[in-house]
Amino acid sequence: MSSIFSLTMVAETLRIAVPYACAAVAGVWAERSGIIQIGLEGILLTSAFVSVAVAVASGSAVLGLVAGVAAGAAFSLFHAVLVERARIDAVVSGIALNLLAFAGTRMSLRGLFGSASNSPSIEAFRFGPTGSRGVDLLARVLLDPVTILAVLATAATPFLLARTRLGLRTRAAGENPAAAAMSGVNVPRVRYTALLISGAICALGGVHLAFDQHRFESGMSNGRGFIALAAVVVSGWRAERAVLACLAFGALEALQIVLQDQANRSAGADLIQLLPYVATLLVLGFAAGRAAAPRGLGKHAD
Amino acid sequence: MSATPDEAPEPPVLRPLLPALLALFGIILLLNLISFAFGQAPLTTLRLALAGTWGTPYGIGQVLFKSTPLIFTALAFEIALRSGLFNIGAEGQVALGSLAGGVVGAHLPAGTPWPLAITICVLAAALTGAGVALIPAVMRARLGVHEIISTIMLNRIVEVLLPFLLVTVLGAAALRTVEVVPGAALLKLDAVFPALRGSAASVAFPLAVGLAFGVDALLRRTRRGREMRWIGINAAACRAEGIDVSRRLVQAMLLSGAIAGAAMVATVLGYKGYYELGLGAGAGFTGIAVALLGRGHPLGIVIAALLFGTLQQAGLAVNARVPKEAMDVLAAAVILLVAVANRAAAKPLTQVTPVVAPPAPASEEAAS
Repeated sequence: MSSIFSLTMVAETLRIAVPYACAAVAGVWAERSGIIQIGLEGILLTSAFVSVAVAVASGSAVLGLVAGVAAGAAFSLFHAVLVERARIDAVVSGIALNLLAFAGTRMSLRGLFGSASNSPSIEAFRFGPTGSRGVDLLARVLLDPVTILAVLATAATPFLLARTRLGLRTRAAGENPAAAAMSGVNVPRVRYTALLISGAICALGGVHLAFDQHRFESGMSNGRGFIALAAVVVSGWRAERAVLACLAFGALEALQIVLQDQANRSAGADLIQLLPYVATLLVLGFAAGRAAAPRGLGKHAD
Repeated sequence: MSATPDEAPEPPVLRPLLPALLALFGIILLLNLISFAFGQAPLTTLRLALAGTWGTPYGIGQVLFKSTPLIFTALAFEIALRSGLFNIGAEGQVALGSLAGGVVGAHLPAGTPWPLAITICVLAAALTGAGVALIPAVMRARLGVHEIISTIMLNRIVEVLLPFLLVTVLGAAALRTVEVVPGAALLKLDAVFPALRGSAASVAFPLAVGLAFGVDALLRRTRRGREMRWIGINAAACRAEGIDVSRRLVQAMLLSGAIAGAAMVATVLGYKGYYELGLGAGAGFTGIAVALLGRGHPLGIVIAALLFGTLQQAGLAVNARVPKEAMDVLAAAVILLVAVANRAAAKPLTQVTPVVAPPAPASEEAAS
């Protein structure tokens, strides 16, 4: 049991939860502005790939981070333009963009690095102690610049949404776009802004994913965008609760890793991998229907 | 001079063709751009792609073979979509259905006559597919859990279950099932059309085409089907009319899962003769694209499936020069192009005051 209640476990939970939390907060930004966003998966993949590609090319993790975030924001903005300007169904756009990201990163992987599975490894960021004790692990996780940025972004989101003019307009666009437009809010522009922010935050998660593995792997987002979306729904489209849900999910996944080590490949050990997904389904079953989505979700101003 | 302003009528024939033309043009342009990026003379890739697909009888057979599971998965997505549901879980439904069909097919008595053997296998696969869809269906209809999330979770769950079932439960040494009995194997098309020799196309293709029209008839001609479509258009009105919306939603989702599971006909019975891990993978997601492109018409779905089958086969043909994933990029681009073109084609060209508000997105009710 000691391995379950330990600093290592805390560190692992945090490390695992970062991409989920970033994607979930991104989902809150997008959907509170009224745009259905199931393309988080694609943003995670795109930003992870771009960050690694740029880091490999330039030898600089900072440049990789910046490029990854920029790519994620651009990808998200593209979704917003397709939905707001070209007026295509947001779910269709999200599905297509996910496919595009999956296939595009695979194609570029082969084009740039001649491999179907992964990129060469990168240095990424290395701060903090090098030991393998729980304290050292935790220190490394907490000192990671991408994690720090992600924590800042997720912490700022509830404040930005609740207290600032931008947040107010975002929520107005998401609750009742027609009324917002009538009171002088430029709904498309507000949504573009919200989706830019959303994409950038989601991209932090993607960059974290890649830098944590020190390379890009094909399909490495592995459904995290959708699980994050589940967290958004469960939380009732509230950032702080969505992050809590993601932390709980991170803890479950960390627990699964520990349990799997202990089960030691006995029959059925593989089934422990089901834990996070089954738990997500169960929580969804209990929580859905109570929380209300933004009323203007999927609606246009005119 | 005519006295009525603002008429400028569109030639009505061109409108429905516009999206298809734009998509075709977009594909060719993008393919050339990609091959240029990979250092190929643009037109050589296109020529290579065409030669490897529609250039030879074998290539045509391979295109038919690649299209077959896509017709199934597209129909699965389509039937759910008509009821306003996004079943993106075909991936898992196909996989588990194929496994079940393969296992049942292998355990039949060796002398089972083919009509019986094939029926039993397909039933097993379809029931399993429906079983995978049951959880999201009930969660959606009773608890209001959005099916996009739950079907994706089910995909992940199936992905974990498959190796477990194969190795631990079935005790397979390799990650595949035993060969099905001879009676369950489908006739290859080259037995009928010798020109297709060597290609993997089987009678599963004509079966799939027949199913496309069958599903369309079900949605149009039966009461159940019509109610499903009405729910997709306006669930609240249907509820007010006394239609049992939850029941119909569950039925639509189960039917969708069953059709996805029946894709096993193409992968197991019509091709390998057994299920192995990864067989049919990707068909679920490509089927979504096919359905979106097919635009709710059976012939549209078949043609769209042929297009995507062509892309997949072309990917193999050009793979030495341009990664075959380029074709998946094209597929995603096609969905976006067609969606945008459809909206553009639906919009009146002269921007007179719109009389009717633009239709609300299909997912509006679903997202809440």
